[in-house]
Amino acid sequence: MTGIYALLAVALCGLAMIGLFTAGNLLRRLLAINVLGSAVFLLLVAVARKADALDPVPHAMVLTGIVVSVSTTAVALALILHGVEARRKKEQGQHD
Amino acid sequence: MTLVLLFDLLLALGVFWLAWQTLFAVSLFRGVVSFMVFGLLISLVWIRLQAPDIALAEAAIGAGVTGALFLSALGRLDDTDSPSFRVLPWTSPLFLSAAALTLLVCLWLGIAVWDLPAPGLAAAVDAELERAGATHPVTAVLLNLRGFDTLLEVAVMLSAVIFSWSLGAAVVPHAPAERLPGLPALASLLHPVFLLVAAYLLWRGSHAPGGAFPAGAVLGAGGILTLLAGGVDWMQRDDRQWLLRLLLVAGLALFLLLALGGLLLTGTFMQLPPAWAAELILLVEVGTALSIALMLMAFYLYGEPAR
Repeated sequence: MTGIYALLAVALCGLAMIGLFTAGNLLRRLLAINVLGSAVFLLLVAVARKADALDPVPHAMVLTGIVVSVSTTAVALALILHGVEARRKKEQGQHD
Repeated sequence: MTLVLLFDLLLALGVFWLAWQTLFAVSLFRGVVSFMVFGLLISLVWIRLQAPDIALAEAAIGAGVTGALFLSALGRLDDTDSPSFRVLPWTSPLFLSAAALTLLVCLWLGIAVWDLPAPGLAAAVDAELERAGATHPVTAVLLNLRGFDTLLEVAVMLSAVIFSWSLGAAVVPHAPAERLPGLPALASLLHPVFLLVAAYLLWRGSHAPGGAFPAGAVLGAGGILTLLAGGVDWMQRDDRQWLLRLLLVAGLALFLLLALGGLLLTGTFMQLPPAWAAELILLVEVGTALSIALMLMAFYLYGEPAR
């Protein structure tokens, strides 16, 4: 069973990387980074599952990672939104 | 047994298909919605891998909060707004060889990870569990045994809030085209349920899956719902800014205070005296959960309120 999910994690890693490199849109790139993060978390937990007794340390690491990845996403989105707004204002200034 | 295997296979296929949709669907809106469903299915995978704590956090943060952040950003951007990159056509040999190389590297990663010796920290954590002040191993690891990670993580979140606030004034949320009086009412009616679930998760955390992260995530998701409906105007008010800032810092400050107190009492940074560990962990959990919830809401403003 664990093998299926480890395989899934590897496949998702590849898919997300290809998506990240070929994305033509910034938001799509951010989505790809998020999928890549989920794939890495999946790999970690699948490895933790291999041990006989359940290893709580990778679980705690993934919990921390989820919160850090939402922070990064929020910062990137804020950067995109403010950048777009600044560009919009600049273009309006040129038209006037 | 075969039925369970079939379920695993179907789940894995579903997750893969949703990831494909997220990355390659033509419409960006469809990609974002696929990403939210992807988060929900991934939390089913966490359940299958016996990681219920992660499942709770993923369902609330990965699917809920991240999806809401993407959707609201999408609503504020026009199609032509976001800068586009020139992309090689799918059929060019350069593209195909690069894709093959990427997949090969990933496969290699998988094989390398699979060959790792099985991690064996479970016994070490179990041995310390009695002195750690929480009987649930994941909570014990998060808040006591490896508390330093959690401290830094709350610091990362706070710096993310500071960074996005320093970019400029908050982006005003799009008002619905029609004023819907039922929306704020519904959000405030639902809010007690969010509070109840968060408090339950917080209390449960010391002995079973739950704890500060899922509780903060649920509380934050409820807060974002109310924020979307226009029910949280105190965050934008000038005279309440001190309260907002105080609550945002509370989790990190409490954690740091505890770490320094441990240094004074036991001589080691971040070490809790075993006699009080349970009470101290509960205190930090409450502070961290509140801060996490509020920081998730603060992300949603994309800038400094009341500026």
